[in-house]
Amino acid sequence: VMASGYSAKEEDGHHSGALGPAGGAAVRSRKPDNTAFKQQRLPAWQPILTAGTVLPAFFIIGLLFIPIGIGLYVTSNNIRELQIDYTGTESSSPCFACSQNYSWNMTTPCVCSVSFSLDQPFESNVFMYYGLSNFYQNHRRYVKSRDDSQLNGNLNSLKEPSKECEPYRTNDGKPIAPCGAIANSLFNDTLALYYNDPNGTETQIQLVKRGIAWWTDKHVKFRNPVGDDSNLTAIFQGTAKPVNWQKPVYELDSDPENNGFINEDLIVWMRTAALPTFRKLYRIIEKNSSTSPTLPRGNYTLKITYNYPVRSFEGRKRMILSTISWMGGKNPFLGIAYITVGSICFFLGVVLLIIHHKYGSRSSSADLTH
Amino acid sequence: MLRRGLNRLFGGDERRVDSRTVYVGHQPCPSTQAFVPPKFCDNRIVSSKYTVWNFLPKNLFEQFRRIANFYFLIIFLVQVIVDTPTSPVTSGLPLFFVITVTAIKQGYEDWLRHKADNEVNNYPVNVLENGRRTQKESKKIKVGDIVEVLEDETFPCDLILLGSSRDDDTCFVTTASLDGESNHKTHYTVPDLESDLEVLNATIECEQPQPDLYKFVGRMHIHKDGQEPAVRSLGPENLLLKGATLKNTRVVYGVAVYTGMETKMALNYQGKSQKRSVVEKSINGFLLVYLCILLSKALVCTTLKYVWQNQRGQDEPWYNQKTQKEKEANMFLKMFTDFLSFMVLFNFIIPVSMYVTVEMQKFLGSFFITWDRDFYDREIQEGALVNTSDLNEELGQVEYVFTDKTGTLTQNNMEFIECSIDGFQYKYQDSRTELDGFCVTDGPVSKLQQKAGREKEELFLRALCLCHTVQVKEAGQGVGFADQVDGVDVASAVEQRGFIASSPDEVALVKGAMKYGFTFLGLESKSMKILNRNNKIEKYELLHVLNFDPVRRRMSVIVRSPDGETLLFCKGADSSIFPRVRQEEVERIRMHVERNATEGYRTLCVAYKRLTDEVFARVDAELREARLALQDREERLVAVYNQVEKGMNLIGATAVEDRLQEEAAETMEALQSAGIKVWVLTGDKMETAKSTCYACRLFQRSTELLELTVRTLEEGGRKRGERLHELLLDYHKRAVQDAPPPKGGVTRTWSSAAQEYGFIIDGTTLSLLLNASSDVVSSNYRSLFLQICQNCTAVLCCRMAPLQKAQIVKMVKNSKGNPITLSIGDGANDVSMILEAHVGIGIKGKEGRQAVRNSDYAIPKLKHLKKLLLAHGHLYYVRIAHLVQYFFYKNLCFILPQFLYQFFCGYSQQPLYDAAYLTMYNICFTSMPILAYSLLEQHICIEILLENATLYREVAKNAMLRWGPFLCWTLLGIFQGLLFFFGVHCLFGNSALQDNGQVFGNWSFGTIVFTILVFTVTLKLALDTRHWTWINHFVIWGSLAFYVFFSFFWGGIIWPFLKQQRLYFVFANMLSSVSAWLVIILLILLSLLPDILWAVLRKPRGPHAQQKKSAGQSNAGGPQSFSKPLLMRTLSDESNTVL
Repeated sequence: VMASGYSAKEEDGHHSGALGPAGGAAVRSRKPDNTAFKQQRLPAWQPILTAGTVLPAFFIIGLLFIPIGIGLYVTSNNIRELQIDYTGTESSSPCFACSQNYSWNMTTPCVCSVSFSLDQPFESNVFMYYGLSNFYQNHRRYVKSRDDSQLNGNLNSLKEPSKECEPYRTNDGKPIAPCGAIANSLFNDTLALYYNDPNGTETQIQLVKRGIAWWTDKHVKFRNPVGDDSNLTAIFQGTAKPVNWQKPVYELDSDPENNGFINEDLIVWMRTAALPTFRKLYRIIEKNSSTSPTLPRGNYTLKITYNYPVRSFEGRKRMILSTISWMGGKNPFLGIAYITVGSICFFLGVVLLIIHHKYGSRSSSADLTH
Repeated sequence: MLRRGLNRLFGGDERRVDSRTVYVGHQPCPSTQAFVPPKFCDNRIVSSKYTVWNFLPKNLFEQFRRIANFYFLIIFLVQVIVDTPTSPVTSGLPLFFVITVTAIKQGYEDWLRHKADNEVNNYPVNVLENGRRTQKESKKIKVGDIVEVLEDETFPCDLILLGSSRDDDTCFVTTASLDGESNHKTHYTVPDLESDLEVLNATIECEQPQPDLYKFVGRMHIHKDGQEPAVRSLGPENLLLKGATLKNTRVVYGVAVYTGMETKMALNYQGKSQKRSVVEKSINGFLLVYLCILLSKALVCTTLKYVWQNQRGQDEPWYNQKTQKEKEANMFLKMFTDFLSFMVLFNFIIPVSMYVTVEMQKFLGSFFITWDRDFYDREIQEGALVNTSDLNEELGQVEYVFTDKTGTLTQNNMEFIECSIDGFQYKYQDSRTELDGFCVTDGPVSKLQQKAGREKEELFLRALCLCHTVQVKEAGQGVGFADQVDGVDVASAVEQRGFIASSPDEVALVKGAMKYGFTFLGLESKSMKILNRNNKIEKYELLHVLNFDPVRRRMSVIVRSPDGETLLFCKGADSSIFPRVRQEEVERIRMHVERNATEGYRTLCVAYKRLTDEVFARVDAELREARLALQDREERLVAVYNQVEKGMNLIGATAVEDRLQEEAAETMEALQSAGIKVWVLTGDKMETAKSTCYACRLFQRSTELLELTVRTLEEGGRKRGERLHELLLDYHKRAVQDAPPPKGGVTRTWSSAAQEYGFIIDGTTLSLLLNASSDVVSSNYRSLFLQICQNCTAVLCCRMAPLQKAQIVKMVKNSKGNPITLSIGDGANDVSMILEAHVGIGIKGKEGRQAVRNSDYAIPKLKHLKKLLLAHGHLYYVRIAHLVQYFFYKNLCFILPQFLYQFFCGYSQQPLYDAAYLTMYNICFTSMPILAYSLLEQHICIEILLENATLYREVAKNAMLRWGPFLCWTLLGIFQGLLFFFGVHCLFGNSALQDNGQVFGNWSFGTIVFTILVFTVTLKLALDTRHWTWINHFVIWGSLAFYVFFSFFWGGIIWPFLKQQRLYFVFANMLSSVSAWLVIILLILLSLLPDILWAVLRKPRGPHAQQKKSAGQSNAGGPQSFSKPLLMRTLSDESNTVL
């Protein structure tokens, strides 16, 4: 990229006197030492950027970025993604009733179902996300309202949660576990997916709930408290469930490896999103055979146990089905950006080449004319 | 001298009336009614600032008085008090670090001062009490104590000399530690005292303590039983200053008059006024802009926050309830705390670390000046000295250089060249062969082949031998080699005899006389001994010395010759002698004087006068009376002097050569081609100064000289005022109006087409000009004068008094555009202008060390100025300018994403980056590369800077720190900040970025932005670096590696002391995502694109082309290019016009 001249400047030939005890007093005069550093003569590489050196770089970047960009774009386009908004604010929506008659202490859950069809089959593992809009998980009051030490299984924090959790710290004098606004607002809609066979039978699709959280979160950052009793119920004795939860934390899942603080739905939720519109991994539909697609073409029904209110803050709820590539989910941005930058570089390269070619012969005398 | 002038100006009289009375030996004097022992402070010296008790509060107070520290303190306090997004640690830690380091440094310095103080205060001193000698600690000396001081001891306080072991009632002292003059000065005991100090009953009345070292007025009343008290006058010659050292005298006794903090040394011990550099002003300007940005950002966010919150369900959604306290808080109080919170969130835009880095850069950078071997002078065995590191970059901004002539442009190594006696020229040729042939030696220019009479010759030589204040250094009485090194008394011991004088001219004259057979043997008990041509000793009784001062510009002695005649010998500048001698004598000498002056010699005229006994008696009485005066003593003395020095007979004139400094001409030429205007300010006469200017090539043959001196003023025969007006207008027309605009071209052309002007003005005219009749006229004259001067290549101001030098500097300094001025000088008379100019440079010359002590930088020789300005100054400026711009830039693109993030997080002051990143960004991740850059960068290497002086113009007028470049940097910062944020924002349109479908959260967002940021700003610096030493490589790649390492480390452990494990494995997870990698690479490249383009597209500037050129040249004939810069310039000019 750079034209470089390696000019190692030579130090003065003679060294400052005979550096020895003999020269002692005389040499230790106030004469400064003759070292390259002190004389600002350290050998140095002096790169100079000129059109001649930058030109090839531009072309190389252009030639490199455009294919990468095309690759990214194609990859992104090959990702199948389906989004279904089931908020239910519109009266035509199947979940309209559920969204209207909502109250926290409902005894019977409201269930609504949305039908959709896939025009193309989803190959390989399919990932099911839920998406929320206008939900400020990145609000400061919200982000800090958690106690990582409690979630890490610290017994003291279990009984005495951090003050940051206010106003979700205690309920009726009992400490809340897990405390804080984030945990309290855990997404609690249940999504179930059914495949409508052309023959009329409805088969539920197996949703895997493990492997949706970061490995390190699941195994290190989040831990259940360990007490004398191995029973989670006993350990969480004396704590209250978060006010908006229907079940206490030790009843989140029947699987002991996915219960309590190490419940992956909780862990995913606890990783606060960057932007007010976000998606979070909900379930994985694993590829079952090498021959048939994971989700074949056809009609599907999404059954939602509607628990999570978003109408009050004008939020939206979505269910997203997506396949994943090596670059993650569907996002054309990177591909477009790479193609654009690559093209810009290439274009600049051409422009510079023209300038260089046209005026290059005079560039050496340019400094004299101006 | 400045001080003296100031005292005169600002009427220190009120204080002088206020005198103190000292009872010698604490003996009550009989005449006064009641003996009330007056209270004076004790002799404790306190130079330390702090005690153990007040160190902490006082030091903290002083540190927080600095505006920047105070700002950070406020931010810290806000963080502590208000619930803010970042913990107080983020700003508290850096602040604590800065404050602690400064406190430790200042504490250590103060501890050293305490130690030194204790050493001085506890020094044992012998005090005579009631006739007995007792030993006391120095700090216990009281005013009135009689103190005994032995040879080579320093005086413990200011003493009036009462008795000396020497026969002639004198003692010798050196004041090397006070003013650096290492010559021996003679002090006298109070005349006619009893030798037995026990019975002495006296009071001393003297002025209140004041700092002028060379001034003391007092009176001693000696009481004897039943008699009227006898009165003796006391002057500086009776006062022994604390800090001076007794020499050549076994023991002296003195009475303490000023003690402790009231001694003149202590009064002089005060920090010099702080000079602030232009860069600092620029920084403050930028700071203000950024403060406005900060405030407006906070204001915008606060406003938007409340607008947003008013929408339905946004302020307090069910999932994010407020606490009870928050609900109850007052609305306006909440708004205010929100505002403060935003301030805190964005406060990193003004970084503490910039101040630390700038300080460090200045402090460490100044070492390169002291380390530079090119500044080492073999003769004085010293290199350059840096007294302040605050002004390094100012050296690269100098527009005006004010230089002294004597000792600066010239060597101040005087040699007697010739003399003119009674109109006949005598040129000394060779002493060995024609020692006796003085009479025969013929001056080739003398009008008549005729000599002055022998009588006149001898009178002239005797005058030279008598009219001076030279001391003879007795052979064998080893003064030690060290004293001679200092340069004051380098006069080699002729016949094992050395001369010591405060001015080298005097030594040259005395030695000149010696060559012609008249040898000054010394002063012994008030009689001067001369060995005359016939090897006979003549004794002259020294009656009075009428001291030299720069206003009178002459000195005289009154002596009584062996024949009993009373003679006055006077020598001085021609302008001060000619009006005081008979006019018919003047014409004969004037020609010689002027010719000598044009040849660059220093000329002095010698006159004498016979005093009749009556006249002498009157003069003697007047002088004594004036000397006794407590008030206006000096004015009265001068009045008497002027009265005596009248109607004299001119005997002759002398010419003394002062050789040019090494490479003076080359240096001046380099400065001029660097676009620096050189003004010579000298006390010397015009002709001498003019010839020096020609010799230094400040004036070329083609230069048209505009002269505004007494001579030109008197030409027209009209009133001076009118003529001055006329000349000013004329010169203005010629130099300013008719001249092509100086900034028309890209650089000033050097072709012969443009007429160059030189301007000459003398002190008399200057004061006429500055003190014109009315203010309007005066300011009009002033601006005319300045305009003329600004269009002249060189200006010569001659016959300047020290204060006038400072006046000129001040005038230019405050003129339009506030140009940066530099004063360079070597003597005490230059101190005022050295202090006045932006940058003061002292030359370690022969006239003592006053200039060096008061300077900002001291160099051994004038020639070193070239490298100091053209290489060091230029580089320092470029370095610090880049440092400052870079700091603002990198913090702008650091904070801008955080600001933008507020729009996406409900204006909740949620930080984008983790607290560790916020804290470490300026301290660890990005500080070292810029520090290394700002110490080592050589965008053009030193040799080329020295060869092409014109390169200096590229950075003139604060070129890199003006608003234009600042805007460029700011725009770059904004561009990059926007790019970082929105690039990553687009990426997070789908936060599933890993190949296992898992999603990233807000901390991953911040970490990606931060990674791009750290890499971009570091690589941006790498792009700007033109000089890659191994240190740069190490620091740049090292800090990037450190960032990566730190991020792994920080995210790799559950930190027990952290409330939240926000970054746990965030960085590692980020690196496992290909998309994150791709976006990081893309955004870094895109951010640097403008820089790369700029580097390529900007018009190829001189340095690189010249770099190549000179590389080829130096192979061919390096030295030639050095010796003929002028030729090179004209050549390149021709090519200029051809193309």
